[in-house]
Amino acid sequence: MTLGQMAYDILSLGVPFSVALLLAALGEMFNQRAGVFNLGCEGIMSLGAFVGFLPAYLARSGSLGPWADLLGFALAAVVGMLLGLLFGLVTVTFRAPQGIAGIGLAMLGTGVAGTLFRHEIGGVTGVEGVANLPIPGLSRIPFLGGVLFNHNPVVYVAFLLVPASGYLLHRTSWGLRVRAVGTHPRAADTLGIDVNRVRYQALMLGGALGGMGGAYLSLCQAKMFADDLVAGRGFIAVALVYFGRWSPWGVAAGALLFSLAQSLQLSLQVWGIRFPYEFAVMLPYVLVIVVLALSRSRTIGPTALGRAFNREMRV
Amino acid sequence: MGRRFRAFYAAAVIAVAALAAATVVALVLEAIGASPWATFRVILTGPLQDRFGITEILVRSVPLILVALGVAISFRSGILNIGAEGQILIGILCATGVALAVPEWPRPVLLPLCLVAGALGGALWGGIAGVLRAKLDVNEILSTVMLNYIAAQLYTFMLRGPLIDPAELMTGSGTPQSMRLPRSAWLERLVPGTRLHSGLLLALVLAGLVWVLLWRTTLGFRMRASGAGSKAARYAGIRVERSLVVAMLLAGGFAGLAGAVEVLGVHHRAIENISSGYGFAAIVVALFGGLHPAGIVPAAIFFGLLLVGADMTQRSAGIPANMVLVLQGAIILAIVSARMYVDDPYARQRAARLLGRFLPGGKAGA
Repeated sequence: MTLGQMAYDILSLGVPFSVALLLAALGEMFNQRAGVFNLGCEGIMSLGAFVGFLPAYLARSGSLGPWADLLGFALAAVVGMLLGLLFGLVTVTFRAPQGIAGIGLAMLGTGVAGTLFRHEIGGVTGVEGVANLPIPGLSRIPFLGGVLFNHNPVVYVAFLLVPASGYLLHRTSWGLRVRAVGTHPRAADTLGIDVNRVRYQALMLGGALGGMGGAYLSLCQAKMFADDLVAGRGFIAVALVYFGRWSPWGVAAGALLFSLAQSLQLSLQVWGIRFPYEFAVMLPYVLVIVVLALSRSRTIGPTALGRAFNREMRV
Repeated sequence: MGRRFRAFYAAAVIAVAALAAATVVALVLEAIGASPWATFRVILTGPLQDRFGITEILVRSVPLILVALGVAISFRSGILNIGAEGQILIGILCATGVALAVPEWPRPVLLPLCLVAGALGGALWGGIAGVLRAKLDVNEILSTVMLNYIAAQLYTFMLRGPLIDPAELMTGSGTPQSMRLPRSAWLERLVPGTRLHSGLLLALVLAGLVWVLLWRTTLGFRMRASGAGSKAARYAGIRVERSLVVAMLLAGGFAGLAGAVEVLGVHHRAIENISSGYGFAAIVVALFGGLHPAGIVPAAIFFGLLLVGADMTQRSAGIPANMVLVLQGAIILAIVSARMYVDDPYARQRAARLLGRFLPGGKAGA
């Protein structure tokens, strides 16, 4: 096997793997830019993966076809928004500490998804999932075509969301408000921005993206649902936001780094290079710790990150 | 505002929070076609029907007490240890490893050695996150969550490889579990015919010691000061980073000890799913118990009841085991929300005004 072939294997597998992390991490980036540290991303992804999977599962013998998948993504986005609202109620309105509340939401979301799955479906069942959509012309470019232009349509949409997020954050007045309430909520409040409202909006957007990230896992990547499908990707997405220094391009780079590590590990097994399976599974989690240790906050994140805003208090 | 109103206000907030959590759980139960009332009744009263059920509650409360004590130490010190689940697993591995390495050693040496090995293993695993936070400012929630996943893989690897019971390989069934531990390493049973073991006494003694540590020693004061306000603590000359590392070592140590006690007291061999979520349940127990040993012990017994009751609903009514996570998640969200309202003087004032409007000249102003 040539080196080029190996690189091709890793890249063409790694690019679609990155999408679930990318969607969730972009959502988490909006949350954190608005000053809310949402560890509940794990729970949002779990429940998104389940409700996204449900229409395709129920319609697996019908003729709904791709509409079931589309409906799944829409449902996942709505459920994600609702969980974002719940998190807003707890951390923005009730001003509860965000770290512990996030763990609570992660447990709640994972638990609800698992409970409903056990009741509605019972065991692991596959669905057809979203089919690949090679882009005419471009997908026939040697090497690059297979790496970039021969995936399911969600991959293209997700990567278009990276510049779109950058535009939203840096070129629109809503993005300015988000950054303001995450950096200096009191100043934003003085200028007449409703801090809590903007935070709620960011949480809903982040929740919708997280839910769709989950649906991507069940509909496009694994094409099935299981209790432990998300397996910490929600937490990894939170770490990616730190790694990507709260910028969409940084987040995308982080998501790619992780998925390439994962596809490298899978490729090694395919090529017959043997090492204990458990250590292969461990790799991404070890990588998160290493990455967090190396990417010390040289550019500081949103200054009001993790702190609830209270108009009645002076500090 | 009088003390009576304050107490009334706190009770009202907690009642609303409990109601909200119960509503969320009831909605999920409705969604899977189970009757919420019947389920709650089974969970809360089922385990109390006979002697075995009651001892099982205490069996479950032992790891919960131990882990929650560690969680309380870490939360009080301003470092959120979410990694108890992984620390428990490492504790199990270390205790099992020692017991199987020197099975012929006399009981008075072997048993304490196993317990200490478990605690040290957990402390090491927790200490990684503590050092990373203190030296490199790595968010401890993320690092401990990742260490949980790593520990889970390491645990499976050890049970499938180096620690596997040779009998499993001979019969070819290949169940990932260790050999049975030597009898001299078992914690003795307190009530014959049940699984209640002397780990309960150990947990109660340690609860007292944690109270002494946190409220009667300089080290404990330094840790609590670091948690209450790191800037003020640093200004007062407290080495906050060191407090964080010590807190994580202790938190990990307690979780590792819980793992060792569980394997030496209940299962007598390392098997898969030994922890079954004690690490996360203990976070809820610690918060529920107000991060204080005197609250943690009753809270752990209450959650022991919930866990045994949830098992019963799973067997009798087919309610999925994941329901426990729903319950715990809802309780966490309710507790943290309620705590902010109980502590917020402005919210209390608003409540008093609101009450005064309905009860003119009533006790609200008293």
